[in-house]
Amino acid sequence: MNLEILGILVLWTFLFGYVIVASVDFGAGFFNAYSVYSGKKHILTNIIQRYLSPVWEVTNVFLVFFFVGVVGFFPKTAFYYGTILLVPASISILLLAIRGSYYAFETYGSRGHKGYAFMYGLSGLFIPASLSIVLTISEGGFVSMVDGNPVLDYWALFSSPLTWSIVVLSLAAVLYISAVFLTWYAHKAKDTKATELMRKYALLWAFPTIVTAGGIIVELRFHNPEHYARILDLWWLFALSFLMFIGTVWLIWNRKNYGRAFGLLAGQFALAFYAYGFSHYPYLLYPHLTIYDGFTNKAMAISLVTAFIAGLCLLIPSLYLLLRLFLFDKKYVEGKSDYHP
Amino acid sequence: MVNEEALFFSRILTELTLSFHIIYATIGVGIPLMIMIAQWVGIKKNDEHYILLARRWTRGFVITVAVGVVTGTAIGLQLSLLWPNFMELAGNVIALPLFMETFAFFFEAIFLGIYLYTWDRFENQRKHLLLLIPVAVGASFSAVFITMVNAFMNAPQGFELVDGQLVNVNPIVAMFNPAMPTKVAHVVVTAYMTSAFVLASIAAFRLLKGSNHIYHKKALSLTMKLGLIFSIAAAIIGDFSGKYLAEYQPEKLAAAEWHFETEGKAPLIMYGVLDDGEVKYAIKLPFALSVLAHNDPTAEVLGLDKFPEDEIPPLYIHYLFDIMVTIGVWMVVLSFVFWIGMKRRWPFIHKKWFRWLIVLGGPLSILAIEAGWWMAEVGRQPWVLRGLMRTADGATSSNHVDIMLVLFAGLYIVLAIGTIVILSRMFRKNPVERELEDRAAEKGGDPR
Ligand code: HDD
Ligand code: HEM
Ligand code: HEM
Repeated sequence: MNLEILGILVLWTFLFGYVIVASVDFGAGFFNAYSVYSGKKHILTNIIQRYLSPVWEVTNVFLVFFFVGVVGFFPKTAFYYGTILLVPASISILLLAIRGSYYAFETYGSRGHKGYAFMYGLSGLFIPASLSIVLTISEGGFVSMVDGNPVLDYWALFSSPLTWSIVVLSLAAVLYISAVFLTWYAHKAKDTKATELMRKYALLWAFPTIVTAGGIIVELRFHNPEHYARILDLWWLFALSFLMFIGTVWLIWNRKNYGRAFGLLAGQFALAFYAYGFSHYPYLLYPHLTIYDGFTNKAMAISLVTAFIAGLCLLIPSLYLLLRLFLFDKKYVEGKSDYHP
Repeated sequence: MVNEEALFFSRILTELTLSFHIIYATIGVGIPLMIMIAQWVGIKKNDEHYILLARRWTRGFVITVAVGVVTGTAIGLQLSLLWPNFMELAGNVIALPLFMETFAFFFEAIFLGIYLYTWDRFENQRKHLLLLIPVAVGASFSAVFITMVNAFMNAPQGFELVDGQLVNVNPIVAMFNPAMPTKVAHVVVTAYMTSAFVLASIAAFRLLKGSNHIYHKKALSLTMKLGLIFSIAAAIIGDFSGKYLAEYQPEKLAAAEWHFETEGKAPLIMYGVLDDGEVKYAIKLPFALSVLAHNDPTAEVLGLDKFPEDEIPPLYIHYLFDIMVTIGVWMVVLSFVFWIGMKRRWPFIHKKWFRWLIVLGGPLSILAIEAGWWMAEVGRQPWVLRGLMRTADGATSSNHVDIMLVLFAGLYIVLAIGTIVILSRMFRKNPVERELEDRAAEKGGDPR
């Protein structure tokens, strides 16, 4: 394996981590807001707060890791994406900032502010939507070079059905991932009411997720035939992913083993995510930038990889500790003890 | 071709974001250490007050971390959005510390989550204290790594440019550039100093506002002692920073000192105003600049006459330098007087006016941080990478920077108001006296 592929694999893995962890977070915010609105507040809030409070900052680091790593491994992305993403990325930052800080303000400052719950829930839907625009842009067709500088054609971008399907997919996926996870978490917390409610949401969002995902592949056929052809080459990965999807839905439908259901869901998204990534290869931005012409020098690549391995040796045990104390600790999950400062 | 308007607004937006982030970042670097010391003293002396001190500081800290994290995320992305050309070049050479910084954050974030939710979960308090060490180490190392990047911008090395191509890149050499030792040390130590004085300022304020609880007195005396140590260290390392400048960035030092002509036995100019190229109302300390620059009262110091017109930084950085140094010296004196006063039982250190001076110390330290950064960054102009890339050539060509500036300015106002409201509500609703009673009652002890 060459360094270019190793680099993009590392980054893609962190992006995948972010997608899963952040989806749970964003979706939870939405369900929380929705339950306040529909008078089911008491059912969900506790569960959601118990999970989110200790991990919210960690979620954000996944994202930071990704964009810092991209500039490290592929400095040319700073030039291309940096120039064209000024507006979309700034909007994402704004939303992330409002959401992150007001989460902390509410959790540690003044609990139970209603208007805040709405803002928090809603911004959690706008963030994936605005971040997903980057994926759309990477498919090409929206960027042209003027005087040697890349320029984004906003009109083409916002009038393309591809853009909107990807936005819808990101929303549906966020709610689906989050609902499945929270079903499992609520079940572990022995909170039957919350489990039933989240189970219902999970089943509700499963269908839109899979339909839009399929739809996007069809749209790519018109938008970017080259990419479409490469997706077809990898059809078996997507098929496997689909089988896992069926597995998750089946388990949840029959109220069986929610832990395994979430495992299958993670597998489903991992397969689809990596298969999509492989089919995108070698382009970072169709057709202007590939991982080969955007790659950093060898010395930097080797030192980044070394730093990465050293970093992992530090992080994996720490993450394990975090999960053990908060995700797998029975007493904590069931809310029998409160150690808030 | 440079897009002048985009350049102008990119500069303003960068300055705004960094100036805002640095307040929270400084607190984020320093406070974990202060919490650690307080909790440690509490365990050692078996004194509930210090433990509670650590606990209450932690609560406030979480709020500032949150804003530090989101504004840091903003600046991290903005560097690529506003300075794509610069980041493309920088990414090739100095990405390593930037990358390692994210590991430091990661480490800090994980253990902060654990630390926050494990108060009283362990029988042995020491175990809980252990969890704080990675938080403090992670925070300080974030500052170390990011400052390495900034040092590289001042003294780039570790690569060669041949026909516009980067060759022979060595990331380690780039990290350990000549600006690194003084810069990193000064930034970290001033962060500790500022955090100590900010906490002292809060304690003094509570004492002024009628609470005469021993808790606040203990807090004040602990933080002022720490502040004294760190402010002395800051001044000493600041002196080394001056020597670094004299050797590697003489134009920055000359501009900051209004040193126009190259000469030996150079005097140090404090304060004053510049009127048509003439210095007025200034205090001249004979030989002092030669000492600051080279540790030798007769040494020659390069003046601005040795540099081309278009490579001289703006001369207003002199005022910024004065602000920083004055505050630095003032805080050493103030905390020293307080310390001696405690030992000798001088009554005036408990007087209202003296406490007000301490209250002022926190904001002043933050002002010194801002002035120091502005001096260092503006003093690097016109370069973004000194000697290699002009700021104008690093900027984006995009046309919408002005709207983004308005949006972000709005965001920072919202965040600033949010922080102030939440922090003051948090501590006003739950004063120390009440919390101490609650905790005593919980243990079934004697409320006293
Ligand atoms: C509480 C804050 C504070 C205080 C009291 C001081 N400084 Fe400072 N100084 C900083 C906060 C700071 C800073 C914010 O940390 C800077 C900005 C950039 C940097 O590297 O550190 C800085 C930079 C800085 C530089 C420029 C370094 C460069 O551009 O590479 C010099 C020469 C000094 N300082 C010197 C001093 C001296 C002689 C002080 C005497 C008391 C002093 N500082 C007090
Ligand atoms: C690794 C750390 C840093 C990096 C990579 C960095 C990056 C930059 C860049 C690209 C510029 C050029 C824009 C301009 O000239 O306006 C700049 C200038 C500036 N930066 Fe930094 N910066 C760093 C640290 C800081 C910090 C912590 C502050 C403090 C608040 C700061 C304050 C400024 C200011 C005030 C300018 C404006 C100079 C001027 O426009 O004349 N910087 N910085
Ligand atoms: C160009 C300059 C800078 C960039 C790009 C930057 C980037 C960031 C990012 C991305 C975060 C959020 C990390 C997370 O998600 O946890 C952050 C937070 C933080 N930054 Fe900055 N930063 C800069 C300047 C500085 C400086 C100069 C310091 C220290 C002197 C500093 C210290 C911190 C600390 C300690 C945090 C953690 C938040 C907290 O504990 O309050 N940063 N920064």
